[in-house]
Amino acid sequence: MPKVTVDGVELEVPAGATVLQACELAGKEIPRFCYHERLSIAGNCRMCLVEVKPGPPKPQASCALPAAEGQEIRTDSPMVKKAREGVMEFLLINHPLDCPICDQGGECDLQDQSVAYGRGASRYHEHKRAVTEKYMGPLIKTVMTRCIHCTRCVRFSEEVAGVDEIGALYRGEATQITTYLEHAAKHEMSANVIDLCPVGALTSRPYAFEARPWELKKTLSIDVSDAVGANIRIDSRGREALRILPRVNDDVNEEWLSDKGRFQVDGLTRRRLDRPWIRRDGKLVAASWDEAFAAVAKVNPGKDIAVIAGDLVDCETMFAAKALAGALGSTLLEGRQTGLSYDCSNLAAVNFNSTLSGIETADVVLIVGSQVRWEAPLVNSRLRKAAKAGAKFFVVGPEWETTFPATFLGNDLSVLDKLPKAAADALKGAERPALILGGAGLGKGALNGCLALAEKYKLIRDDWNGFNVLHMAASRMGGLMLGYAQPGGIADLVAAKPKLVLALGADEVDFTKFADSIVVYIGHHGDKGAHAADIILPAAAFSEKPGTYVNTEGRVQRADKAVFAPGDAREDWTILRALADALGVSVGFDSFDELRGAMATAVPALGHEGLADYGALPKAAKAKSEGVIEAYPIKDFYLTNPIARASETMQRCSAELLHGEEFAEAAE
Amino acid sequence: MLADKDRIFTNLYGYQPWNLKAAQARGDWDNTKDLLARGQDAIIDEIKASGLRGRGGAGFPTGMKWSFMPKESKDGRPSFLVINADESEPGSCKDREIIRHDPHKLIEGALVAGFAMRARAAYIYIRGEYIREAETLMAAVQEAYAAKLLGKNACGSGYDFDVFVHRGAGAYICGEETAMIESLEGKKGQPRLKPPFPAGAGLYGCPTTVNNVESIAVAPTILRRGAAWFSSFGRDNNKGTKLFQISGHVEKPCVVEEAMSIPFRELIEKHCGGIRGGWDNLLAVIPGGSSVPLVPAAQIMDAPMDFDGLRELGSGLGTAAVIVMDKSTDIVRAISRLSYFYKHESCGQCTPCREGTGWMWRVMERLRTGDADVSEIDMLWDVTKQVEGHTICALGDAAAWPIQGLIRHFRPEIERRIAENVREAAE
Repeated sequence: MPKVTVDGVELEVPAGATVLQACELAGKEIPRFCYHERLSIAGNCRMCLVEVKPGPPKPQASCALPAAEGQEIRTDSPMVKKAREGVMEFLLINHPLDCPICDQGGECDLQDQSVAYGRGASRYHEHKRAVTEKYMGPLIKTVMTRCIHCTRCVRFSEEVAGVDEIGALYRGEATQITTYLEHAAKHEMSANVIDLCPVGALTSRPYAFEARPWELKKTLSIDVSDAVGANIRIDSRGREALRILPRVNDDVNEEWLSDKGRFQVDGLTRRRLDRPWIRRDGKLVAASWDEAFAAVAKVNPGKDIAVIAGDLVDCETMFAAKALAGALGSTLLEGRQTGLSYDCSNLAAVNFNSTLSGIETADVVLIVGSQVRWEAPLVNSRLRKAAKAGAKFFVVGPEWETTFPATFLGNDLSVLDKLPKAAADALKGAERPALILGGAGLGKGALNGCLALAEKYKLIRDDWNGFNVLHMAASRMGGLMLGYAQPGGIADLVAAKPKLVLALGADEVDFTKFADSIVVYIGHHGDKGAHAADIILPAAAFSEKPGTYVNTEGRVQRADKAVFAPGDAREDWTILRALADALGVSVGFDSFDELRGAMATAVPALGHEGLADYGALPKAAKAKSEGVIEAYPIKDFYLTNPIARASETMQRCSAELLHGEEFAEAAE
Repeated sequence: MLADKDRIFTNLYGYQPWNLKAAQARGDWDNTKDLLARGQDAIIDEIKASGLRGRGGAGFPTGMKWSFMPKESKDGRPSFLVINADESEPGSCKDREIIRHDPHKLIEGALVAGFAMRARAAYIYIRGEYIREAETLMAAVQEAYAAKLLGKNACGSGYDFDVFVHRGAGAYICGEETAMIESLEGKKGQPRLKPPFPAGAGLYGCPTTVNNVESIAVAPTILRRGAAWFSSFGRDNNKGTKLFQISGHVEKPCVVEEAMSIPFRELIEKHCGGIRGGWDNLLAVIPGGSSVPLVPAAQIMDAPMDFDGLRELGSGLGTAAVIVMDKSTDIVRAISRLSYFYKHESCGQCTPCREGTGWMWRVMERLRTGDADVSEIDMLWDVTKQVEGHTICALGDAAAWPIQGLIRHFRPEIERRIAENVREAAE
């Protein structure tokens, strides 16, 4: 632990810290552009210069200089002030003065730091540089004249995303940041460069000229586009959520967010269900709430009611529906819409036990039936980190483009019983071996085989649990905790022939199997579920209600309500509470707080945020692994849920990035 | 004047063939096995004792540089020697002559130096424009391999050593040692942050020493003739012989090997036939290649041409590329052209150099025509100071110094142009 002196204050800093970190520990603000905690050190902006003794008699880049015993660091000397002013002046001479028409305005590092560290006026009387626009795809808007060449975007795509998409061309003044041959950036996390860009060179294309940051209400929420539960901030103005940004949470998403989680936001205002509908003579007809409730009451299902939860619903909604079904005498609850029927008697066996941050420390990882890049891009970035630390990867399932070196072991699940020597030896010799079982594997019944593998290779040790299941639905773990799982999956519901099916935002279900049932759809988008419904009760999307979500590692997280649901739509729990009245039963809560209280009583783990404890893994049954994984469940990364399917941005991403459609750009 | 018997580069002008046979007749590769048999530490000590300072411009003691290399590899990483033949400094042309006419001196030096620093191989990074020279060098390396002077059991010494020739692609910045390493690795030639220094983590992350061609090429001769012989030339701290490259307004521009610390006047009179138009016609001299500040005639005439002597004049020896300018020179234009060169060659990685070189050049262009305000001279000075010392590598300094030298010594000339321009505009 070296001791250093910062502006006369002596302090101890952790070994390996840089001078910049030492200054921050001392409470000194160090301006910077290129330095970013999660990227490699470039040291090229030269904004973080400080005076360090002993050392050459010139200012040093603090971001790249290791803190050493006995250093005297000055951040407030005239030399430092002059150096910063000089660098700031250089950054500004070729930076356009277009702040009034720049989307970064108000949240621009360059703007803020030039106020704090710049000089009053310009001495530059020459022509400014101009750079031709670059095309980076439907998500990233570029104004490259504003670029200050910090190379954060280059380092992000190289290091975190793992694809060499962005780079620098030419040299000197003529340096330009661009994508390879100006192709669109295609990675699932590409839009994070928008957050990283300290100036307005890379901004959000869908959000262009929508709002200024100071007009926005900021609401803390949880991403529902996959089962990772990325922490997000919803920025809204009036009744509309305008954009979604990631929040920092080192345990979950660090500070990244998938492109889908970020840009499906415009789907929240399109194709919305904003009034109740009732099917009459095969056609959906607009109705009032009273008519809708009366129609449900008329069905009078009694205990012949089943509930199917969709991928995006929160725990409160599922609990309210469970209470309603329970009051009617039914326990027919299911959340695995596509027919999965893996054993859920022990939730530890279907949980991501290593935790998302823990998987980074694994040294050998066997992936069974998961296209991690599409199913959980943020987990993929963790795996890449593990790979950079030296982890080896083996994958069972069809080949996909990994962002780390991996060996594919074929599609046949029987390989689980007899791993090839390389994989078996690696797992045997590993200190922190891990297994990730994905949806495709679960669908082919690989759970038991994987549990057997976990025993064979001792994936569970005193300080390490390497058995992981990677889910794809934000509601999955919460649903399983609330009992939304039948032994036979959704087939059990079909077999029970319920009079009434309550579909909670369930859009992936094959409703033809419920042709004899009345389907009541409680959801927010006019998607597949609404098309098949007999009665539609318009509800709130995730941004429009407070809710509890449990991510794939069993982390209970809460989201707040950002805006009101449109039109006549109501928060889900109020609809279910009113349905109870219509059906003449009591569910035992009259307010949201009472609902949450009841839920916490029923499932204590849902009562507080943090990791739920599911106990020990079950013993594997003796059985052979068989079956072939033909394909992964996600066919189109950008269109996996009703919000994304309603989003024009996601539709365009799908068409352009996945299906190669070309879009003509309007000349500006 | 240096006696012929004391010259190291005896075929500098190519009067004899460059090939192995001719080189051996000149004394190269003469019992190299015995040189190596002295042992690594003895070789480094001998080089240290000779007082040889790096010939690439910075003048860092060569023996000391070699001694920074690890004595044994603790983690299995090999060490490498990288030889900087990316001679791109305007005015410099000594490495070209060595490689053209005496490539075996360099190759033997590579073996000796590589052995001394326990390197596995040497990479010679040769400037892309040196096409014929690269051909010669590659052929010479082939000759050495064929004669079993390189490769496994080089020269019968029991030491395995390879020499690879790598051609650059024409970027000045790749002459910076860490940019050269990046370029060798196949990346964009951009200098690395230091620390870590190359001796700790250089080429492919392995301990690496980067040396200039001349520093390496003189090593075998120093070992053969002894440190005492080499250090008998020149002043203290500036020992040895040196290739001077005199260009510009002298009667006979040339590359010549001379003792260090030779007075400027003697150098020009003896080897270049004097200044064009006589000594009164001398305006200024850039004594060490484009990146050092110029020195006006009065100060340079009797100055000793060595590291310390020129530093006292606010300039430097650099690569000893002496650019002589007589009074017919448009000095502002000359420096402006150098500014353009640095603007063109800046790698663009770090801010002060990327933005500053272009700014400085543009102001210089206006000062050249006088289309400026007198206050802009001070502003330009200020800008050069904002670039100098704030960058990752020394290219920022190199871009700033020539302008500083101009302003320091020729401010009246710049002011005259501005005044005349203002008068013209008024008329």
